[in-house]
Amino acid sequence: MSVIRIEKVSRWYGNVVAINDVTMTIGPGVTGLLGPNGAGKSTLITMMAGFLPPSTGTVTLDGAEVWRNEGAYRHIGLVPETEAVYDTLTGSQFVVANAQLQGLPNPGAAAAEAITTVAMEDAAGRRISTYSKGMKQRIKMAAALVHEPSVLLLDEPFNGMDPRQRLHLMDLLRRMGADGRTVLFSSHILEEVQQVATHIEVVVSGRHAASGDYRAIRTLMTDRPVLYRLRSSDNRRLASALIADPCTSGADLDDSSLQVQVLDFERFSRLVPTLARELGIRLLEVAPTDESLESVFSYLVGRR
Amino acid sequence: MVATIARLTLATLFGHRRGLLLFILPVVLLALCVLLALTVDDTADFSTALLQQFGLAVILPLVALIAATGAIATEIDDGSIVYLLSKPIKRYTIILTKAGLAIGVIFALGAIPMTLAGIILDPSDLRTALAFGIGALVAGIAYTAIFTAISVISANAVTIGLLYSLLWESVMGQYVDGAKALSVQQWSLALIQKLSDAPHVESAVKLPIAMILLLAVTAVGLTLAITRLRSLVLSTSE
Repeated sequence: MSVIRIEKVSRWYGNVVAINDVTMTIGPGVTGLLGPNGAGKSTLITMMAGFLPPSTGTVTLDGAEVWRNEGAYRHIGLVPETEAVYDTLTGSQFVVANAQLQGLPNPGAAAAEAITTVAMEDAAGRRISTYSKGMKQRIKMAAALVHEPSVLLLDEPFNGMDPRQRLHLMDLLRRMGADGRTVLFSSHILEEVQQVATHIEVVVSGRHAASGDYRAIRTLMTDRPVLYRLRSSDNRRLASALIADPCTSGADLDDSSLQVQVLDFERFSRLVPTLARELGIRLLEVAPTDESLESVFSYLVGRR
Repeated sequence: MVATIARLTLATLFGHRRGLLLFILPVVLLALCVLLALTVDDTADFSTALLQQFGLAVILPLVALIAATGAIATEIDDGSIVYLLSKPIKRYTIILTKAGLAIGVIFALGAIPMTLAGIILDPSDLRTALAFGIGALVAGIAYTAIFTAISVISANAVTIGLLYSLLWESVMGQYVDGAKALSVQQWSLALIQKLSDAPHVESAVKLPIAMILLLAVTAVGLTLAITRLRSLVLSTSE
């Protein structure tokens, strides 16, 4: 059982602040590090992996600082985002090499086991340069697992995977978490994170925006004012009916459409079809205008 | 563990096209010598001049540059060094293994071809040929330390190393008096002068000073590389 503690960590490059006063604790189980691209997820993972010192604050693994502490790698398995591996080697040679570098007593057996875990037995004899992106990701995973680390750090592990590989990796991460390992992976896709992670940490613009299980995060993300655009056979009547309900806070009519500020999405989603049926109005379009993850995130940051 | 680091390093060094360059350089040197031996009557006359001005001043620094940067800068560049660094391995083990391997490559593809070149040019003077071989190896050790340090410190190791070897070692080290005293080439030449006793071999530096400087550069270079590797920051994609 290992715990990573990030305490009052900031990291800046020149004048650019990449991480701004983040404090979080990551314990056993699967934790998803969620945030839009450029939020600082990689910077955080790189610091947890000991390849970047925080400008201020501390990053510790079970109480010991990770930076400049090569002994920590006995407990850490890292799946970096970087594509580069020793691709003139075969998958199996690469995993065995990682086992040897870990100083394991029986590198061959450990490697074979790790390769089985990621279901790469069939391709293990081929050169890594012939692998697809998803296969590369799996062999990197095997290399990170070979010494059975108590901490597993994965930077955007689902990138470039096809749906089947994605499901397989999700299953694997869940199993590792259930084993009591501390698994942390980053992603910018909420669905991905909520399917695997029992705990979610959200970072936006280098700041720690939210923390909790996926239900809490999901509620945070959907439970916010969102602007919806509606087109119907009678926008004006629909507008007056909608504004009468407390789930909206404003309506705006223009030539062809109606924009409604929605406070309570659950209620709104039931209200619209009901109203339309009662009033005999045909709905042509109902769409959120700013559903992008970035706007969700900026809402979370603004809320704090 | 050391064997694994060496194996991975070799895979990077010779697994890619750049590894070919390592073979081309000594082949060029040897081909030139064979050509001269076949066409010119008395190659013994300019044997030492060619070995020094072309072999020691141009070919050797380039072989050392490719070997040393290929052994470490390539992995830092493409990020695959992360697989070595994310292991409980002392950083000096990594540097010393890689440097040792680079020196081995320089011995095989720099020092031995240099000796062979000397024998081809002047078969009667084995002593001078051997002296140049030993001198090339000693210079290669110092170059390895320098280029290994540059590889860990700078992301532009190859460019900086190329400028250093072509401008400083090849040009300044041969023709500019003040700079000569501070070039690896002249230090190794001092050793070659001592070992060969050939009349035309003359270093700008005295042997004891040259040896001290060679040792110092090697020690400082490797120490610098080790300390910098300990706090190597891996860039993130963000």
